[in-house]
Amino acid sequence: MGVADFAFYAFAITVLASAILVVFSRNPVHSVLWLILAFLSSAGLFVLLGAEFVAMLLIIVYVGAVAVLFLFVVMMLDIDFTQLKVGMARNLPLGGLIGVVLLMQLGLLFGAWQEAEGAMGLRQAPTPDPDEVHNTRALGQLLYDDYAFLFQAAGLILLVAMIGAIVLTLRHRTSVKRQDVLSQMYRDPAQSMELKDVKPGKGL
Amino acid sequence: MADFLDTGLGTALLIAAQGLLLIGFVMISLLFLVYGDRKVWAAVQMRRGPNVVGPWGLLQTVADALKYVFKEIVVPAGADRAVFFLAPMLSFVLAVTAWAVIPFNEGWVLADINVAILFVFAVASLEVYGVIMGGWASNSKYPFLGSLRSAAQMVSYEVSLGLIIIGIIISTGAMNFSAIVAAQDGAYGLFSWYWLPHLPMVVLFFISALAETNRPPFDLPEAESELVAGYQVEYSSVPYLLFMAGEYLAIFLMCALISLMFFGGWLSPIPGLPDGAFWMVAKMAFFFFLFAMVKAITPRYRYDQLMRIGWKVFLPLSLAWVVIVAFLARYEVLGGVWARSTIGG
Repeated sequence: MGVADFAFYAFAITVLASAILVVFSRNPVHSVLWLILAFLSSAGLFVLLGAEFVAMLLIIVYVGAVAVLFLFVVMMLDIDFTQLKVGMARNLPLGGLIGVVLLMQLGLLFGAWQEAEGAMGLRQAPTPDPDEVHNTRALGQLLYDDYAFLFQAAGLILLVAMIGAIVLTLRHRTSVKRQDVLSQMYRDPAQSMELKDVKPGKGL
Repeated sequence: MADFLDTGLGTALLIAAQGLLLIGFVMISLLFLVYGDRKVWAAVQMRRGPNVVGPWGLLQTVADALKYVFKEIVVPAGADRAVFFLAPMLSFVLAVTAWAVIPFNEGWVLADINVAILFVFAVASLEVYGVIMGGWASNSKYPFLGSLRSAAQMVSYEVSLGLIIIGIIISTGAMNFSAIVAAQDGAYGLFSWYWLPHLPMVVLFFISALAETNRPPFDLPEAESELVAGYQVEYSSVPYLLFMAGEYLAIFLMCALISLMFFGGWLSPIPGLPDGAFWMVAKMAFFFFLFAMVKAITPRYRYDQLMRIGWKVFLPLSLAWVVIVAFLARYEVLGGVWARSTIGG
């Protein structure tokens, strides 16, 4: 067994074990930490596949940003997870039934899946020889040269979603005292302070 | 000998030896950096600074480290023990890990990977977990609030750091540090380096690096005078030492990044003088001196001002710079000073 095989099994076992622990750990913060370990190990799997750019993006975006937000939210919520799991045995049959139905629907969908003419060929065509073009460049060519329009459209959709979220949650409250940073910075002592010469024995 | 090094065991031993050499260099320079830091503040404040232990007080940091080692480890009641001890280890290990891809000279690098600059950035973005985990696991209000504060700060400034790095990547066309340094090699010595075409971003990167590494004037995580410090309040002894060492290593790493990305790494500033690791170390030491000077001469920022600068000033500026650099590089303005992608790839 070579080093690469050993690394693959180590990463794969860690992904599976930490994914199971995400579900089963009692403390929600521990769950998020196990989730982070799962992300990191899958980044390792990407590296083994030769996709180091995707691996780094996975770490930067998911571990460095998204999981931090998860952790923020979970740490601030005061949830007793043992209390949430009280009715588990009673609700298990119904939940299991729903799960089975969903699985059957997915199976039906997958069975009826039809691929477009030449889709497989298109999927394999753009993969350049990894010895000549390293994968960052190949990914860039694919995104910005071959499918620039689709990429821009995806960006536009995300922009619309972002603006929508901001518009939905933005409230202008007039009762709140706000700071005007510029006026704070350009305050000058001559206008905001007045020196009084207080005579001894007399007030102002 | 050469045959042995080609075998699996030989390669493993070689990599381990190189790693130990690098860690040794980084840790020993850490000892003297802390000393240099304190000497610089002392000089600014017209004090003598550490001058008792060893000649000129050079061994002061060693004495401090030993003192930490012999102290008692206090674990707060109700703390999450595993996470409590994992946090300082994580921040130290991550701070050391990033050094694996930093070259000191042509080919003097532990792991010469294609996405080196992204690797450093990814590791730097993981460092926030040491802060969050430490604050949460202490099971105490001050560290918890402090960790939220520092985590928000570190996450905010990462964004502008990343965008500035993208500008460099566009200019070079590669993410490998050796390629980035090679792209800065030119006939004009220090005027060929990236600091000139990327001038506004050098300043932004330096300030963002200060905020990212929790250095003054952005040291809100510590803020010992007004906020009773932050995530590390409950830590003592070696765990605390690991946090501090990780912090200094991150600062030193930022010095290395600035030298490599904007100031030509190991290239000599004057054409004709030989290039070499000496220049790299000298540049890193110079930027560390700047970090120390900033600590000595600037007052601490208020938290809302800090967040405002990060999101409302630095982020738009660096985002605009990415667009501008992309334009300048694409149309090879001024003879292609912004487009040196022919070298990398």
